[in-house]
Amino acid sequence: MTTLLDPTGERRPAERPRAPRLPALAGKIVALLDISKPRGNVFLDRFAEQLTARGATVRRYTKPTFTKPAPPDLRKRIAQECDAVIEALAD
Amino acid sequence: MVDAPPRLPEGLVAVVKRDCPTCGLVVPVLGEIAARGQALTVYTQDDPSFPATIAPRVDDHELVVSWHHRIETVPTLLKVEDGREVARTEGWSRADWEQLTGVSPLGAGLPAHRPGCGSRSVDPDLADALRARFEGDRLKARRIELGAIEDEIETAYDRGWTDGLPVVPPTAARVLRMLDGTRRAPGEVVAVVPPDLVPVTVEKVAINAVMAGCKPEYLPVVLAAVEAACTDAFNMHGLLCTTYFSGPVVVVNGPIAAQIGMNSGVNCMGQGNRANATIGRALQLVVRNIGGGVPGGIDRAAFGAPGKYTFCFAEDEAGSPWESLSVERGFAPGASTVTLFSGHGPSAIVDQISRTPESLVRTFAAKLRAVSHPKLVMAMSAVLVVSPEHARVFAAAGWNKARLRKELDALLLLDGDEITRGAGGIDEGVPAELARGRRLPKFLGPDLAIVHAGGTAGMFSAIIEGWVSGPRGSQLTTQEVRP
Repeated sequence: MTTLLDPTGERRPAERPRAPRLPALAGKIVALLDISKPRGNVFLDRFAEQLTARGATVRRYTKPTFTKPAPPDLRKRIAQECDAVIEALAD
Repeated sequence: MVDAPPRLPEGLVAVVKRDCPTCGLVVPVLGEIAARGQALTVYTQDDPSFPATIAPRVDDHELVVSWHHRIETVPTLLKVEDGREVARTEGWSRADWEQLTGVSPLGAGLPAHRPGCGSRSVDPDLADALRARFEGDRLKARRIELGAIEDEIETAYDRGWTDGLPVVPPTAARVLRMLDGTRRAPGEVVAVVPPDLVPVTVEKVAINAVMAGCKPEYLPVVLAAVEAACTDAFNMHGLLCTTYFSGPVVVVNGPIAAQIGMNSGVNCMGQGNRANATIGRALQLVVRNIGGGVPGGIDRAAFGAPGKYTFCFAEDEAGSPWESLSVERGFAPGASTVTLFSGHGPSAIVDQISRTPESLVRTFAAKLRAVSHPKLVMAMSAVLVVSPEHARVFAAAGWNKARLRKELDALLLLDGDEITRGAGGIDEGVPAELARGRRLPKFLGPDLAIVHAGGTAGMFSAIIEGWVSGPRGSQLTTQEVRP
């Protein structure tokens, strides 16, 4: 693991800030990322219904395997195509 | 160093490694010493089972003892009394070993001398990591642990630490190496950095110098530049806030420039020289990261300028017919200084025909008149950078710098009727009540600096245009470089 020394004036917490939260779901594009665990799709189908009912557009993505981080290309695609992402665990 | 060195056992202490032929050679000698009843402890750097015939053996493959006791060669034989080293010999020398141990004769059949091998604790592949491990406590900056899949270059962008170009990741090993460039203590406060007015230590400057790509020997120049930038006279705060183009321009004078390989000649304001490029960049990273001066935040420049990535060069003193900027500003010849100017550019002065100073100075004046606007006076500053081919014209005619300045001042005394608002069909200009019937100087005395630099071919000189001058703007600020 790499450790870096903070180059700043240390006036803010060292954690990377979270991306800003969406003010509302209506009109937004939400990614549903199936991490390829069994029954993840069941969980996400229900999300899709709820989100659609709230006026969001849903796009579905699937990770090749739940044992490894999402490939960089997939992460980049989701970031480019969507406003938010929900990542499913299930079993 | 924060940790006390690990205490050595009493008596004789040998530090060895299997990978050293001389260590192999002295194994029987160590046996002879032990057989004579001397207290002997052997520390082994690579293979804990070496030397198999000697006890007690202590595993030092983590090099804790070797590093703290500054072992540079193996074998090293130490004599320890009351926990303190009182004698040391390196390599194999029969006479030295006999004297240190008091055992004689030793090593019959061995050559009288045999040099040792390098200690693993000074192996260049390991030394930085060992230093970070054992001296890391000297560094007080907050540690930021990166996640397993977090890229160290990308994280610098994500965290807002860069000027848009990649930065060198500031690891403890690199920062410790950078701090070797100065005698100043890591915790010493260098300046209070605008706009957030945060005190910056030598260590924090070193971190940003690492990120900018500096070598350790550049650090004293970076520190001086930070000191100069954070003065009331230079007014870094105002320079950041302005919608104008300018940023800090660093001119280096004195022997340090050549010592660290700065460029004062061909392409001196351009790309390609590490010292020029990274010193200016380090200053800007300090302003950004420590001071919080971020474009679009406090930095409100309408356009900015490429020099805001970095703008730093050395004056060509060796080739100059004149005293340097530094000497002109009251520093001793031979002193190393940085002079900060709030500027942008450069803009070109072309004159390939003039061979007399009277003609060439008119070219200079005609271009200088246009700084900011040909009809505005007494507000802006400039640095005139005279090239070797132009300086030669003045030198050949016996013009010193004072003469050049005097002639420029005379030529840049502008007719108020020409520069008043509306004159020449241009609304911009000096208010009529200030201009009409008067002659007004383009620059107030100290606002035009003259420097000698550039390649030896090219009948051009350069103007670095400046921001607002004087106490309500930014004043040329010089700071001596301290080791």
